[in-house]
Amino acid sequence: MEKPKIKSWPASLGLPVALAVLVAALSLARPNFLNLANLVNLVRQISINGILAVGVTYVLLTGGVDLSLGSVVALSGVAAACFAHPGQYPAIVPVAIGILAGAACGAANGLVVARGKVAPFIVTLGMMTAARGLALLVSGGRPVSNLAPGFTHIGSGNIAGVPEPILIFFFVALLSRVLLTNMRFGRYVYAVGGNENAALASGVPVRSVKMAAYTLCGALAGLAGVVLASRITTGQPNAGIGYELDAIAAVVIGGTSLNGGVGGVDGTILGALLMGVINNGLDLLNVSSYYQQVVKGLIIVGAVWLDRSKDR
Amino acid sequence: MSTVLQLDRISKSFGGILAVDDVSLTVQAGEIHAVTGENGAGKSTLMKIVAGMYRPDAGAVRFTGRRLAMIHQELLTFPDLTVAENICMGHEPSRWGWLDRPAMRREAAGLLARLGVSLNPSARMRHLSFAERQSVEIAKALGGHADLLIMDEPTSALSDREAELLFRIIGDLKQSGVAVIYISHRMAEIFRLADTITVLRDGRHIATRPAAELDEERLIALMVGRSLEPLGGLQKGVPGETVLEVSLPGIQFSLRAGEILGLAGLLGAGRSEAAAAVFGLVPTAGAHIRLAGRAVRIGSPAGALAHGIAMVTEDRKEYGFVPRMSVRENMTLSSLGRFAWGPVIRTRREAAAVEEQIRRFRVRAAGAGQAVRDLSGGNQQKIVIARALLTRPRVLILDEPTRGIDVGAKAEIYALIAGLAREGMAILLISSEMNEILSLSDRILVMREGAVSAELSPGRTTPEEILRYAMPN
Ligand SMILES: Nc1ncnc2c1ncn2[C@@H]1O[C@H](COP(=O)(O)OP(=O)(O)OP(=O)(O)O)[C@@H](O)[C@H]1O
Ligand SMILES: [Mg+2]
Repeated sequence: MEKPKIKSWPASLGLPVALAVLVAALSLARPNFLNLANLVNLVRQISINGILAVGVTYVLLTGGVDLSLGSVVALSGVAAACFAHPGQYPAIVPVAIGILAGAACGAANGLVVARGKVAPFIVTLGMMTAARGLALLVSGGRPVSNLAPGFTHIGSGNIAGVPEPILIFFFVALLSRVLLTNMRFGRYVYAVGGNENAALASGVPVRSVKMAAYTLCGALAGLAGVVLASRITTGQPNAGIGYELDAIAAVVIGGTSLNGGVGGVDGTILGALLMGVINNGLDLLNVSSYYQQVVKGLIIVGAVWLDRSKDR
Repeated sequence: MSTVLQLDRISKSFGGILAVDDVSLTVQAGEIHAVTGENGAGKSTLMKIVAGMYRPDAGAVRFTGRRLAMIHQELLTFPDLTVAENICMGHEPSRWGWLDRPAMRREAAGLLARLGVSLNPSARMRHLSFAERQSVEIAKALGGHADLLIMDEPTSALSDREAELLFRIIGDLKQSGVAVIYISHRMAEIFRLADTITVLRDGRHIATRPAAELDEERLIALMVGRSLEPLGGLQKGVPGETVLEVSLPGIQFSLRAGEILGLAGLLGAGRSEAAAAVFGLVPTAGAHIRLAGRAVRIGSPAGALAHGIAMVTEDRKEYGFVPRMSVRENMTLSSLGRFAWGPVIRTRREAAAVEEQIRRFRVRAAGAGQAVRDLSGGNQQKIVIARALLTRPRVLILDEPTRGIDVGAKAEIYALIAGLAREGMAILLISSEMNEILSLSDRILVMREGAVSAELSPGRTTPEEILRYAMPN
C-alpha cells in the first residue's frame, strides 16, 4: 500500500515528471523560456523561496509550522542593511547579523513551542506580527538604502558564471540533506514528527530537537532576508509579505506531510522548482497577475491532491 | 444453525507481501470460532477485510447478519472523548435528536460493571492506561448488539480476573446466538472458549477443526509447521549486588543484578504508573531512586537511559515506535550514539546490528527498511524489545513484554529474559499473565490500589494467593 522507506523520497516519479512536462510544454509555447537569461532569472527567483522552503522543511518535519518567515525575512534584511553602508564593515558582518537576527527569532519561536507547549501556529503567528513591527522600528519605517557594493554583490554577482543566490541555495539544500539523512539530529527530527511520545520514551531529546529545528529555520530565513536585501539593494521593512505561504506550499508539494515525520529536502527542492517554473511560465505567457494568483492556488491544491490520492 | 459469515477464497497482498492467501472460512450463529497462527500469519488482516477496512484483492465476503463489531488489536479509541462517549459511539442514546448524556453514562457504567472494571464514565480516554482502554473497547463492542463480534487479542493486557469475566460474557452471548471470532495467543483461552479453531500460517489456511479434536501440542504444531522444543525449566540468574532502590508513595522495592522481580496485580493497580515513574516517563513527586547506592534524579527517559535503565512500555502504539519510520530506524532510536561517529550515523554498523536483532527475534518483515506500522502486532513488539536491548541496559523494565507475541516467540523471549538475568541484568517484569510472573520471577510483588500489598516467593505461592492480595478489599 505504501512505500516501505521514508527516506527514499521522492519514490514517486509524479513530481519530476510533472516538472519535465511543464518545462517541455513551456519551451514549446515560448521558445525564449529556454534562454540562458531567462533560466538564470528563473533560478535566481527560486533561490529565496528555496532557502526558506528548506528551512521550514525542518519545522514541518517535526510536526510544527512557521508562519513568521516573511516577517523574519524583512527584519533580518533591514538589520543587515543597517550594517552594510559603504565604508562601514566588511560584507561578512551584515551577513552574520542578518542570519543571527533570523536565528534569534527562530529560537524564540522554538523556546515557546518546546517549553511552553503553545501551538506552533499561534506562536509563529505572533512572531509574524512582532518581527514585522521590529523591522519597521529598526528602519524607522523607511527602506534602508545606500548599501556597499561588497554587500549587494551577493544578490547580483556571479561566481564562475553562476549567480551567487543559486550557489547559496544549492549549498543550503545539500547541507540540509546531509543533516537530515545522515546525522543523528535528522533521525530525531523524523522521530519527533512521527510520534512525539515514542520519541520521548526512546530517549530522544524532544525539546532540544524542536528548538534546533525552529532556530535553523529562522537562521535560513535570516539568510534569505540577506540575499533579498542584497538583490534589491535595500533593506525593506515591507519585504517578504506572504513568503511563508509560498515556502510551505513548496514543501508540501514536495511531499512533506503537514502532520510531520514524512518527507524531506529532495521533495522540497523539486517543489520549489515547480513553483518557480509555474511563476515564470505564467509571466512568459502574459497571464495577468490576478489570474496568476488563481492559477497558482489551483495548482498547489491539485498537486497535493494528486500526490495524496496515490496513498489511498 | 444459520451461517452468519462466509469468506470465499480471500486474498490480500501489500506491496510484494502476500498477507492473506486464498482463505475460506464459515462462521455459524452461536459459534465461537478461534483464529490462530504465528505473528504475521495474517489474522488481523483477514479480520480487517471482514470488517470492511481493507478491500480484498480477490474473493468475496458474505455477511448475512445485521451488525458487526470488532475489537482491534491496536485499539481504535477517541482519546479526547470520555469513556461513555467512546462506548456509545455509533449508537448514542438520544431523545428528540438530543444526546441523552445521563443514559449514556448509565449504559457505560453498566457495561463496565459487567466487565468488572471500575472506571469513571466521564473520564477522558487520554488519561487511561492501555489495559483500561482495552476494556472500554470491549464494552463498546458489547454494547453494539452485534450478531458477529470479532475480538483481535482482547485480553492481551487484562489480568486473569478481568479475562474471566469477559469469558462469561462471551458465553452468554453465544447462548443468545451471537457469533464470535476470537483471536488470541493464549492457548488456555482458546481451548476454554472455542468451538472451532482455524489455523493460518504465512497467510494460508492450514486447518479448521472442532476444538475437541485438538490439544495444545497439536495446535502449536499446526501453527508453526514443526514441533516446538518443550521449554525446559528456565535456568535463571544468581542475584548479586543491589542495583536499583525505588521509593515511591506506597511502593518500595529494591532490585539486584541478575534478579527478575515480578510485579503482579489487577488492571489499574498502578504497576505501569510505578514503572513509568522509575523510567522518568511520568514525572512523579516523591520518587526517590538510588542506583548502585547513589541517589539519582531521573527527569526523563533520556536521563533514565543515560543511567542504564531501559523500558519496554505497555502501550506500544503510543510510546513504543514511530510508525512511519523503518524497522532499522526504530530499533536504533535509543542507542544511536553507539552507531554514530560524533553527529554522523555510521550506516553500515547500524545495519549490521539491526540485521542481528532481526535474526535473533525472527522478525517477519520485508526487510530492515519496512515501515514498522506495516508489521503485524507481534512483530512490532519484537522491534520495541530490540530497541530497549540495543541500549545495553543495566536495569530493564518490561511492561507486558509478550503482549501479542505468539507461542513460539514467547518461549524464545522467556529464554531471552532468563538469559539476560544470567548475564547480570536486573529486570523488573510487569505481566498480567500469571504463568509468566510465576515461572520467570525470583520474587513477586503484588500491587493493589497503587500500593504494594505483599511480597511473595514464586516457589512458595499460588495463583490464588497472589489474587487474594491483588483483590481490592
Ligand atoms: N498495511 C500493511 N502494509 C504492508 N504489509 C502489511 C500491512 N499490514 C499487514 N502487513 C503484513 O501482512 C502480514 C500479516 O499481518 P497481520 O497483521 O495480519 O498478522 P497477524 O496474524 O495479525 O499477526 P500478530 O499475531 O502479530 O498480530 C505481515 O507480514 C505484515 O507485515
Ligand atoms: Mg494481529
